Amino acid sequence: MNRATRTALIVVAAVALIFAPMYLGAYSLTLLGRVLALSIAAIGICVVWGRTGILSLGQGLFFGLGGYALAMHLKLMSTPKGDLPDFMMYNGVESLPWFWKPFASAPFALAMVLILPAAAAGLIAWLMFRRRITGVYVSIITQALVLAFVTWLNGSQGLTSGTNGITDFQTFLGINLRGENIGRGLYWVTLLILGLCMAGTALILNTHFGSLLTAIKDNENRVRFLGYNPAAYKIAAFALGGLLSGVSGALYTLHLGTISPAMIGVTFSIELVVWVALGGRASLVGAVGGLVLGNLAKDKISSAAPDAWLYVMGALFVLVVLVLPQGVAGLLGRRQTKNVTTPVRRTAGEVAVDAAD
Amino acid sequence: MDPVFFSGQLFTGLSVASLLLLTALGLALSFGLMRVINMAHGEFLMIGGYLTFIAAKIAGPTFLWLAFPLAFIGTALLGALLEFTVIRRLYGRPLDTLLATWGISLILQQGARQIFGSTGVPVTAPAWLNGAVVIHGGVLDGLTFPYVRLFVIVLAALVLGGMWWLLNRSPFGMHVRAVNQNREVASSLGVNTRRLDMLVFALGAGIAGIAGVGLALLSPVNPTVGAAYIVNAFLVVVVGGVGSVLGAGAAALLLGFTTALAEGLTSSSLAQSIMLILVVVFLQWKPKGLFPTQSRALEES
Repeated sequence: MNRATRTALIVVAAVALIFAPMYLGAYSLTLLGRVLALSIAAIGICVVWGRTGILSLGQGLFFGLGGYALAMHLKLMSTPKGDLPDFMMYNGVESLPWFWKPFASAPFALAMVLILPAAAAGLIAWLMFRRRITGVYVSIITQALVLAFVTWLNGSQGLTSGTNGITDFQTFLGINLRGENIGRGLYWVTLLILGLCMAGTALILNTHFGSLLTAIKDNENRVRFLGYNPAAYKIAAFALGGLLSGVSGALYTLHLGTISPAMIGVTFSIELVVWVALGGRASLVGAVGGLVLGNLAKDKISSAAPDAWLYVMGALFVLVVLVLPQGVAGLLGRRQTKNVTTPVRRTAGEVAVDAAD
Repeated sequence: MDPVFFSGQLFTGLSVASLLLLTALGLALSFGLMRVINMAHGEFLMIGGYLTFIAAKIAGPTFLWLAFPLAFIGTALLGALLEFTVIRRLYGRPLDTLLATWGISLILQQGARQIFGSTGVPVTAPAWLNGAVVIHGGVLDGLTFPYVRLFVIVLAALVLGGMWWLLNRSPFGMHVRAVNQNREVASSLGVNTRRLDMLVFALGAGIAGIAGVGLALLSPVNPTVGAAYIVNAFLVVVVGGVGSVLGAGAAALLLGFTTALAEGLTSSSLAQSIMLILVVVFLQWKPKGLFPTQSRALEES
């Protein structure tokens, strides 16, 4: 597929998405909006995994931080002034915990949606990368961290509502969330934010910084020998991935009207990664497309045949990895652009042989 | 803290560590040798548990003589099949094996759910394992050690000893260590690395199957039991140092005790979170684990 066809396809898809509320039914529109919100997290995975080569299995942690930051504000807004949120009263909590208090302010909560996930991701990345922890270690540690977060949430009934999650929202920034045309508005806002995130990330990846991320993926040691500090770039990329996950989590919470530990756990985090792998980890459009189409298929198949769904998904995971290592986007012939293909890594012996010839 | 309660927690920690160790051994082996991240490893544990349940149905109250060979051979064969069909094609791509084996674990879990149902199936331990050692008198008065938990601890110690012997004193182990150090050289000296990979993978699966027998004696077996163990088993591998059997043993004990003690001090969910965060902090101090494989190579896959 050449550049012109690709641009044409993207334009057609964008137009179809912008006018979706005109031709889609209420159920389909809600579903599409929700999946689009989720796909912002896919952009983050594309940056962290596809471009920098760090496989994080803990994106649910950052997604959850963004989601909970917004949910705490929404919960306080739908609780009468002076009262405690309902779940705190059931659990015998006497006064509002200190870390809940500032979330009564909307600007603070919105800032936290961005700052909390990015700072958490930055801190975790700093701890890992400054000690040169790489590869599968990173995957295992991030997975353990998301498990720790979910276990803590589940255990803290009084502070975070535990397994039930935070739910029952009414207003946001003075808008009634149960109003008449809220579905359409939310859909367009989601689409706008998705577009901004994609464009912004594409711009960032097109700079010198983006090239360095690709270089780190291909050979971190050579980047180090050229005088750069790979850890700093990896931390920045990881924080960007966390930020995007957090934005996605907040939007998703708004769409679903609830957030709970089960929505952000280990399984959720791996599923995100697999849809991105299916679409094409190194391509922004591929990652977003894979996640959107995968989740739409999940909705259709799992409601038609609930028992079969897990078999289908399991088989899909195996097939994607065996047959389509670069995903569908890789299959559609982006091979002519050089930054997607991985170079063949040669051993010192082979280099010596070449030099001798 | 009350000494009886404290010792009781330590003992529980030891028996938890035993199961963790048996699960982690196979992971440590296949990860060290093949750089394969097998997310379906927990499902071998689950299958071992279900095979114990079947053995108990067939052989009646003295089912252990049947359960061990059945669980070991059953899971080992499945492991060999998995290696032959999927893992073999993914060597050198550790992150991809992680995703593919996660898919396989989903399929196995759903299969178990459809065959055995989603609630746990109970296995009654044989009569000679009922009862407990109770300490009378002294500061530890009233402390009890159930026979079943003692049995699991002895089992883990035996398997660990056997593995150590196999790896350090047998020709098979020599080949495994050789391939671990340098695959190309071992291969050119006549070691059949492909066959060895499959055997090691099957052996790791078989040990997880044996862990499944121990698991079935302690608690009912359900389809998600493997998923509950897998994250912790991976942490054992990371903390112990990849590919090190003794490291895995030490790390399993460390993690088991830490969790049990933290549980005694706080709640069980907080204990789990604390343990996971302690592991990340520990890796700041020793990024390659307790017993790292020494290497001068710049690039490590």
